[in-house]
Amino acid sequence: MTHAVAHDTSTGLDNRKMAFWLFIGSECLLFGSLIATYLVYEGRSISGPTTHEILNIPLTSISTFDLLMSSLAMVLALAAVARGDKLWSRVWLATTALLGSMFLGFQAYEFTHFVREGLTLQVNLFGSTFFVLTGFHGGHVFVGVMWLLTLLFRSFQGKLGPDKALNVEIAGLYWHFVDVVWIVIFTVVYLIQRQ
Amino acid sequence: MTDTAQRAEQHAHPSTGTYLAVAGVLTVITLVEVGVFYVPGFRSVLAPVLLILSGTKFSLVVMFYMHLKSDHRLFTAIFTLPLLIAVGVITALLFLFGAFSLN
Repeated sequence: MTHAVAHDTSTGLDNRKMAFWLFIGSECLLFGSLIATYLVYEGRSISGPTTHEILNIPLTSISTFDLLMSSLAMVLALAAVARGDKLWSRVWLATTALLGSMFLGFQAYEFTHFVREGLTLQVNLFGSTFFVLTGFHGGHVFVGVMWLLTLLFRSFQGKLGPDKALNVEIAGLYWHFVDVVWIVIFTVVYLIQRQ
Repeated sequence: MTDTAQRAEQHAHPSTGTYLAVAGVLTVITLVEVGVFYVPGFRSVLAPVLLILSGTKFSLVVMFYMHLKSDHRLFTAIFTLPLLIAVGVITALLFLFGAFSLN
């Protein structure tokens, strides 16, 4: 079942979910502008490491798979909360948070490696746009992990029953949005590299 | 049960089997994406092929994991309009800065 309606509204839809979709819409514009900036300046760096020299496709493919699987864990968590299954809701919420943390670990490793190779935020246009875009995304993943851990904590307090499934659904919307943004970043930044 | 609640009940979320199937398809598409990246023969059509594959993954997550396929259409509209604006901005800026020029 869906968890869209907790009270009567003029649209028949829950205001919190409506507001969150509006927030996601605004996030589309934010990431759209960051991706546009990256693409406009791609291949225009006059010094320092470039995409061909530095991006690690095998490593990023694994972190992409990791984030995709976290989305699966998230929907399974929502399904478990909706049916009142405390054990599996905790298992899947913890799994989602763990996979999100692993993604952040991959990103921290990648950023550290890039800085050692001489690519920093200031060194060239690629560094500036790459770190801002992927850093903003990583910041969103971090917020998502914190949100998931909060839900997990509420579950252990016994305050995350089926009546609170909408809270988990909204957290899930945020998490899946972070996932789809990465799907785009993985393609346009890592796989489609200008010759 | 209220009218609104009854309407909500009509929009059921996908089953666990569907979620797993979508995850399987997402995994396969990701493998194909990475495979295509390493095949020299695909170099000339790499961008369109990858954009199509990426768009498919994007749509699957939005439709099934974010439940837009079964949820109210107003949510789809709220999401799609800014998304189209974002895509329009990206495309316009790429044209403006000559990213599609042949020189």
